[in-house]
Amino acid sequence: MAVENAPVHGAGAGIEIDPMHQFEIQPLVKLDLFGIDASFTNASLWMVIAVVLVTGLTIWGMSGRALVPGRLQSVAELSYEFVANMVRENVGSAGQRYFPFIFTLFMFVLAANMLGMVPYSFAVTSHIIVTFALAAFIFIAVTVIGFITHGLGFLRFFVPAGVPSFMLVLLVPIEIISYLTRPMSLSVRLFANMMAGHTMLKVFGAFVVGLGILGGWAPLAFLVAFTGLEVLVAFLQAYVFAILTCIYLNDALHMH
Amino acid sequence: MEPEAAKLIGAGLASIALAGAGIGIGHIFGNYLAGALRNPSAAQGQFANLLLGFALAEATGLFGLVMAFIILFVF
Repeated sequence: MAVENAPVHGAGAGIEIDPMHQFEIQPLVKLDLFGIDASFTNASLWMVIAVVLVTGLTIWGMSGRALVPGRLQSVAELSYEFVANMVRENVGSAGQRYFPFIFTLFMFVLAANMLGMVPYSFAVTSHIIVTFALAAFIFIAVTVIGFITHGLGFLRFFVPAGVPSFMLVLLVPIEIISYLTRPMSLSVRLFANMMAGHTMLKVFGAFVVGLGILGGWAPLAFLVAFTGLEVLVAFLQAYVFAILTCIYLNDALHMH
Repeated sequence: MEPEAAKLIGAGLASIALAGAGIGIGHIFGNYLAGALRNPSAAQGQFANLLLGFALAEATGLFGLVMAFIILFVF
């Protein structure tokens, strides 16, 4: 497709806007495993950086083990408490065994989103395959947990209580379809927020450069405010991803 | 009509879905503010639900935006 990566020319002003180039995946170390392209790409690099950051925060932050925490230990303890409260409120005591998973998930998505805000970095979660891999894993895991906990009685999840029988014929397929769209909505929500945010940042950046010294201050002011909003959205989307996982887990463990 | 022109028009039409996102988000925050002004002490407890509701409302609008991007860049 010739149009995919072609810059758009602003009519008359000669501003060249190319917001999609930032999402290109570039292989850094080419690897060919049995015919499958398993290169170490820029996406892989930033995922490794996110993991190293989170691991460093938790291990190094807690290495002091002071009773009155210093700054780094406070951050580690705050994030632990935040996720622990979220799991306890939404899943209850049966969900405590899944806390390490939810904590890892939340911290990884948060670190990946935040690292994407760094200039010249790469937003890992702005690719649907990354978010879909996470969401598909969560969906399959939660469904399996549901079947393990309740056996085939888990299928009663799709039959709401107190519904007259003639409506069940219509209602059960609707319930099943809305259950099956959970991984789609979970992944697309995070992906669309990240991709739309970064695209908009790039477009306004092009406006700043295009309008030059005289007119560039207006889009620059908006860009500063919008970057602040994007940082908030990065945190919010990580939080929503984690809390929806907790809610789906609660559905599986305690049906409704 | 050339496919290029049809793509641009289709992407523009798909973006109209974001109006729904705007209305939904405004609705949620407006209701939260109205409730918080009536009962300030209960407001903090519902802050988590506010953020969850905001994200869910925005997601539906963003599905429309994703359709716009698909029309623009996949076909």
